[in-house]
Amino acid sequence: MNEKPPTMSDTQPANNRRDFLSDGLRVAGVLTVGSLAGYLAGRRGQPGALRWQIDPDKCMGCGNCATHCVLDLSAVKAVQCFEMCGYCDICTGFYDVGYTQLDTAAENQLCPTGAIVRKLVEEKAGQRFYEYTIDNPQCIGCAKCVKGCALMNGSLYLQVLHDRCLNCNECSIAVACPTEAFVRVPADRPYRMKKQALPLIQQKAKDPSNRAARDLADRVQSS
Amino acid sequence: MTRLLRYGLPWIFLLLLAGQGAAELIPTPEFSDHPIPTAGVPDSRANLWQAVDVAALLVALSLASYFALVTRSRRNLLLLTIVSLFWFGFWRGGCVCSIGATQNVALALFDTTYAVPVTVVIFFTLPLVFTLFFGRTFCAAVCPLGAIQELVSLGGMTVPRWLDHALGLIRYIYLGAAVLFAATGTAFIICRYDPFVAFFRLSGSTGMLIFGGSLLLVGLLIGRPYCRYLCPYGAILGLLSSVSKWHVRITPIECIQCRLCEDVCPYGAIVPPTVDQDANVKTHGKRRLLLMLILAPVLIGAFAWLGTLLAVPISWMHPEVQLAEQVRQEEMGTAQPTTDASDAFRNSGRPVDELYASALAHRARFGWLGGWLGAWVGLVIGVKLIHLSIRRRRDDYRTERSGCVSCGRCFWYCPNEQLRLGLIEDISEMVPAGSPGGADS
Repeated sequence: MNEKPPTMSDTQPANNRRDFLSDGLRVAGVLTVGSLAGYLAGRRGQPGALRWQIDPDKCMGCGNCATHCVLDLSAVKAVQCFEMCGYCDICTGFYDVGYTQLDTAAENQLCPTGAIVRKLVEEKAGQRFYEYTIDNPQCIGCAKCVKGCALMNGSLYLQVLHDRCLNCNECSIAVACPTEAFVRVPADRPYRMKKQALPLIQQKAKDPSNRAARDLADRVQSS
Repeated sequence: MTRLLRYGLPWIFLLLLAGQGAAELIPTPEFSDHPIPTAGVPDSRANLWQAVDVAALLVALSLASYFALVTRSRRNLLLLTIVSLFWFGFWRGGCVCSIGATQNVALALFDTTYAVPVTVVIFFTLPLVFTLFFGRTFCAAVCPLGAIQELVSLGGMTVPRWLDHALGLIRYIYLGAAVLFAATGTAFIICRYDPFVAFFRLSGSTGMLIFGGSLLLVGLLIGRPYCRYLCPYGAILGLLSSVSKWHVRITPIECIQCRLCEDVCPYGAIVPPTVDQDANVKTHGKRRLLLMLILAPVLIGAFAWLGTLLAVPISWMHPEVQLAEQVRQEEMGTAQPTTDASDAFRNSGRPVDELYASALAHRARFGWLGGWLGAWVGLVIGVKLIHLSIRRRRDDYRTERSGCVSCGRCFWYCPNEQLRLGLIEDISEMVPAGSPGGADS
């Protein structure tokens, strides 16, 4: 095993050449990686990262949001746009098609978890007006109410709620979404609204005393 | 049925009403003493975790390199592997990971409107830089996908060299496909087919759970099947590792050729010393190298052509093409029931021809993109053949740098290392006389 001094010296120059080559490649590698990182970091332009959001105008309420999120309880939940709501007595987002009575019994409700709170607001000219509010912790994002409400005003819509969303690199719901309603939005305004609702909210937000509207207007994309 | 009639009729009426268009909205009433409220939406989660993740990555990479190269402690590497598995895997849900970050970087390079988060850029580049200096210490004890396989790996089964080389090409092809689909904004396939993320999150589709589970089962016998044959990031790291400044050394002093390290390496990353060849074989080798050098461009051309033929299957990844195909089948009447996507398409009022045109445009684009992918496959195979035809002298058992994940088993089992640490007093305690190479010690 130790009887080959000539070959040892033979390999010496080759090793040097090899070391030189790998040194060169390494320096090139570091430079490439560094400039790539610098280029990407410098070119970002936008202040923050991107986040997933549902474009409610594209959403058709298929129900995939409830089942395809990686979280046990989906990050997607229904949001009520009161400004678009008709305050109907017979709400198509609240009542199941086969309702037997206009009450809040579970079998009459569309919502499988009873997450919609129905409250009488006023009765005028013989017509009752009800307010429908989403009880956020109960909502599972199944979109049954969204689909029902779409028959009328379409004031109920789905949103990815960012206190829950893990912001996966590839959103599993986005992959399963049949209408490609999932879009990446800038993190500083991570919500969307229906096109119709946007001017209503922006109008309301002009009133300085209306903090809720201002907050919402600040969080939705204006375009 | 009567029930449906009784209660369904008003709804059908409403449906008809709604069908008249958006102008027919029921106006929001004005109440005397009840202002219309505005729904609130919650703030984003704090971004603090991202900073913590980057810090954790830096610390873990530094520790892994330190344990593998300086203290040479297999035990500490293993502890770090467990910590990384729990931190990056189970606690952080396996996302962001460096493997997937490749796609974000590819998308950012090709789509200038996509703003790639700094965290993701750091996750992509930091392990690359570390690998250029210390070898694949990222794979050793930082990557959660590597960690979960490392911990189940019992070793024991050697994959034949030729099969190992052939299967190893898959990760380069996977890398090419991942970059192609990410750059075109079609899909992030590395994330979609991540085998272990379902375990990390304790939720996932049945298919992926079966895939991940079977990889772990295979991993019991054949070490790290995902890392060796599938991981696209591992492909990049392997290339960089082969020119790394420092790398895990098996033996601290001269090798006694006991072959214990070769036995214990579950990843087939230890190559034996070369035997001297006579002149005849050498000429033959040179001729083969020359042949491969000529063959490589031919391979690239041939595979590029083959790739262009793959336009149809590749374009299936694109949702628009899928939708167009579904709609086409429905129009032809051969369709199964409609899908959610095709229903939505019909409701959108978009003309069918426009959809077809768009799908065909995508398909045409995937034609030449497939050509590029094919050329890449040809290049990978060509370079592999050339690489296999080049002979390098090795006097010792050495780690094959591109395949070695720096797990530390080899030096842990090296009698010289045990001697250095004072765990044994004489080599013969580990290598009985008469075994290969043990005779002269």
